[in-house]
Amino acid sequence: MKAKIHVTLKQGILDPQGKAIEHALDSLGFTNAANVRVGKYMEVDVQETDKAKADAQVKQMCEKLLANTIIEEYRYELV
Amino acid sequence: MNVGVIVFPGSNCDHDCQHVFQHVLGQSVQMIWHKETSLKGVDAVILPGGFSYGDYLRTGAIARFSPVMGAVKAFAKDGGAVIGICNGFQILLEAGLLPGAMLRNKSLHFICKDVHVRVENAATAFTEACEPGQVLKIPVAHADGNYYTDPVTLAAMQANAQVVLRYCTPEGKVTPEANPNGSLDNIAGIINSEGNVLGMMPHPERCAEDILGNKDGKLIFQSLLKAMKVKV
Repeated sequence: MKAKIHVTLKQGILDPQGKAIEHALDSLGFTNAANVRVGKYMEVDVQETDKAKADAQVKQMCEKLLANTIIEEYRYELV
Repeated sequence: MNVGVIVFPGSNCDHDCQHVFQHVLGQSVQMIWHKETSLKGVDAVILPGGFSYGDYLRTGAIARFSPVMGAVKAFAKDGGAVIGICNGFQILLEAGLLPGAMLRNKSLHFICKDVHVRVENAATAFTEACEPGQVLKIPVAHADGNYYTDPVTLAAMQANAQVVLRYCTPEGKVTPEANPNGSLDNIAGIINSEGNVLGMMPHPERCAEDILGNKDGKLIFQSLLKAMKVKV
């Protein structure tokens, strides 16, 4: 089973990279582009056939290592 | 005093810390590889600057799981003095030994320059050789020094005088312009609520002797010796 994991800064926390990209988009003429947020995308193969068990494991991976929940939020899907 | 300097893969200020303690301050130093599970009976622990594990994922995020960190946590819990400098500070945050987290510098630049910090609490084991409000000139060198914590934690830290160093002008004014990285409340260094763990972004080991033209950083280490009642 593959976990597709997205980690981004929480809403309300300044994302300097997102801001820089937003300005670049603006200068390219995409003046309607707003609230750019930069994050990380990770794929993890989980050797597990039981979806509930895999889900619990991926949640733990996110909480313990993949995201710093003081500043980041995460979401994932299992396929 | 016997000082332990932890060496992670990617640490690059470990020998500077060793040099200051051993050759400038005349103490004995143990270099402790991150695979060790014991601190070899040292009296204080330094987590040096650098780029442990290449800063992969987040700064300090992987180093906190190094085998030695179990011993560092136990040492800190027993009241042992721990100093994390730059990447060492980032590791202490990720390990939960200090509150908060580091964000990318507001400017997105890697900043390497002298900054000024004001000693906000001179009654700690890491600042007692300083005067209250003293301004120190110490260099920073980091891309992720934009300290963040939630408002509740910040208020508790302020009430408990845990904000030890704040970025300021050379005259000691804490202003937004004097803040190099966007750090919350101009925070440059904090201690834990028990007062035995310090994290700071500036590098005191880079300015601790006359030959370098600045020895303000020496005060941090002298404070520790004073707190440990070591005569230099």
